[in-house]
Amino acid sequence: MTLSVDVRRRIGSTKLDVAFTVEAGETVAVVGPNGAGKTSLLRTIAGLSAADEGQVTWSGSAWDDAASGAFVPPEQRPVSYVFQDHALIPHLNVLNNVAFGLRARGVRRRVAREQALVALNMVGGLELADRMPSELSGGESQSVAIARALVAEPELMLFDEPFAALDASARAHARRLFSSTKDTSRAQILVTHDAVDALTLADRIIALESGSIVQVGTPSELLATPRSHFVAEILGFNPLSGELHGDQLSMGAMSLTVGAHEVPDGNVIAIIRPRSVSLHRVRPEGSPRNVWSTSIEAVDRTSDRVRVQLGAPFQIAVEVTPAGFEALAIDVGEDLWASVKASEIAVHPA
Amino acid sequence: MSKRQRDEAQIPIVLSVLGILAVVFFVLPLVALAIRVPWSSLFDALGNDATVEALVLSVVTSLVTTSLAVILGVPLAWLLARSTMPGRQIVRGLCTLSMVLPPVVAGVALLASLGRRGVVGQVLDDWFGLRLPFTMPAVIIAQLFVAMPFLVLTVESGFARASTNVEDAARTLGASPWYVFSRVTLPATRPAIVAGAVLTWARALGEFGATITFAGNFPGATRTLPIATYLALETNVDDALLISMLMVILSLIILVALRGRWVGAIGGVR
Repeated sequence: MTLSVDVRRRIGSTKLDVAFTVEAGETVAVVGPNGAGKTSLLRTIAGLSAADEGQVTWSGSAWDDAASGAFVPPEQRPVSYVFQDHALIPHLNVLNNVAFGLRARGVRRRVAREQALVALNMVGGLELADRMPSELSGGESQSVAIARALVAEPELMLFDEPFAALDASARAHARRLFSSTKDTSRAQILVTHDAVDALTLADRIIALESGSIVQVGTPSELLATPRSHFVAEILGFNPLSGELHGDQLSMGAMSLTVGAHEVPDGNVIAIIRPRSVSLHRVRPEGSPRNVWSTSIEAVDRTSDRVRVQLGAPFQIAVEVTPAGFEALAIDVGEDLWASVKASEIAVHPA
Repeated sequence: MSKRQRDEAQIPIVLSVLGILAVVFFVLPLVALAIRVPWSSLFDALGNDATVEALVLSVVTSLVTTSLAVILGVPLAWLLARSTMPGRQIVRGLCTLSMVLPPVVAGVALLASLGRRGVVGQVLDDWFGLRLPFTMPAVIIAQLFVAMPFLVLTVESGFARASTNVEDAARTLGASPWYVFSRVTLPATRPAIVAGAVLTWARALGEFGATITFAGNFPGATRTLPIATYLALETNVDDALLISMLMVILSLIILVALRGRWVGAIGGVR
């Protein structure tokens, strides 16, 4: 099973012009800034909009072919689409929302409800069955949207910014849920503007800018040879190369403890967000397990946050608030302590 | 000052005075009507065949009108809200013009089209021997012509507010366009449809000008309650007062039964 996309579409002032393929069992992340055409691309693949030129094919059969006029409507494509706002049907309870796709395809009510309960159980949302969409938290609502998308056993799943609208704790759960939906018989496309999500969840990344593909590759290929604004931004996220043994990440003589992950031991790329590192004048007591002594190499105060470049052992950038930086009362060349929580370090196979 | 007094101190005095004046303006005629109604002969009026005839005719025709308005108006509202047909604004203007037209003018326009010598009426008469004016169907046509726009506009705004994302999601889940309309869009628009139907019904029940112009004034066939009231005013004022009170009570019952629901839907609060 292969999805083959080769389409051109005009969306306002942007011209979407992309060509790529996605294989069953593969997860492809489409990343790029707002207005790059990410959502329009998903809508074209789902059949909610038609291409101006070119074609979308699934294992050789045309879903959308501008030249011949062939068009398979969305309800006849084996595609599920998880919307950014989850798009639950407001007047149906959770169970009927999940059963909706089966009912629409003519499955009998009792059978549809049983299968919906199974799908709800898979996302850990069994106790939500009787609730109305308006009574759900953002994370719960998303679990329901994923259960609803899974219940029809789609061959292709589309996710539009699945983590953007969630708070931090719900996001961790949603990432695990996303990973659990992977299946060797299913292709997945994940649209995101979050570099770390793309690097850690996808097998391949497509970087989209102004409607065109600027780079395609595995996460490590993109990190090795960045060719776009987006990939450059990833570098701002402090990628570090190291070797993983369980929850220990070793880089030369130093090692850091990383959070929960499902990455096998071996060479990995670890990513630390600049805002997740804390700076201290004296060695901090208590919780953070990753504490090291370092020095300040440079300070950049040009944006609304102060960007501090740290020296050995990890040459990483840290962002702190101006007030926080003043409170430290420290400057270039001086020594200080840095700390980061294990859960703030994301790892990806190199 | 009490909590309430302190809260109300936030309202500008000019607005309070004018607002209260408006309340008096609305309530005074109703109170006056209630005072002048000869309550003792209320049951006599209900025993009066002519009044009962007019009451039944009004209730039946206004309900038929409301049903037809829903059957025709909901699809029209959907076309106005969702289709991308060119000239949509012009179509909306033409279909809602009768709402702001003087009802007598609406009646004259109906005569010109469906009257015995009307553009279409003449054909109906020549080919099928069908004469609409001065019949009960003519009453319904007159009501529909002036009242349906209330439903169309209310339901159109309901369709415009329903989330197209939810409809798109339903499509990707395997629902055909008709299934999406009937199971997703229509339920989401129900409050607006109820609101529009109530407005349409109220307008149809009160219809006078277009009805008397197009359908005339035949007892039992086209003499509706408003026409009967107007005629009674010239012969028996007490009867006119009684019929008026009857209509006030009828309207109040509907208003109370649907309170909250439809007022909110019209204001767009829901």
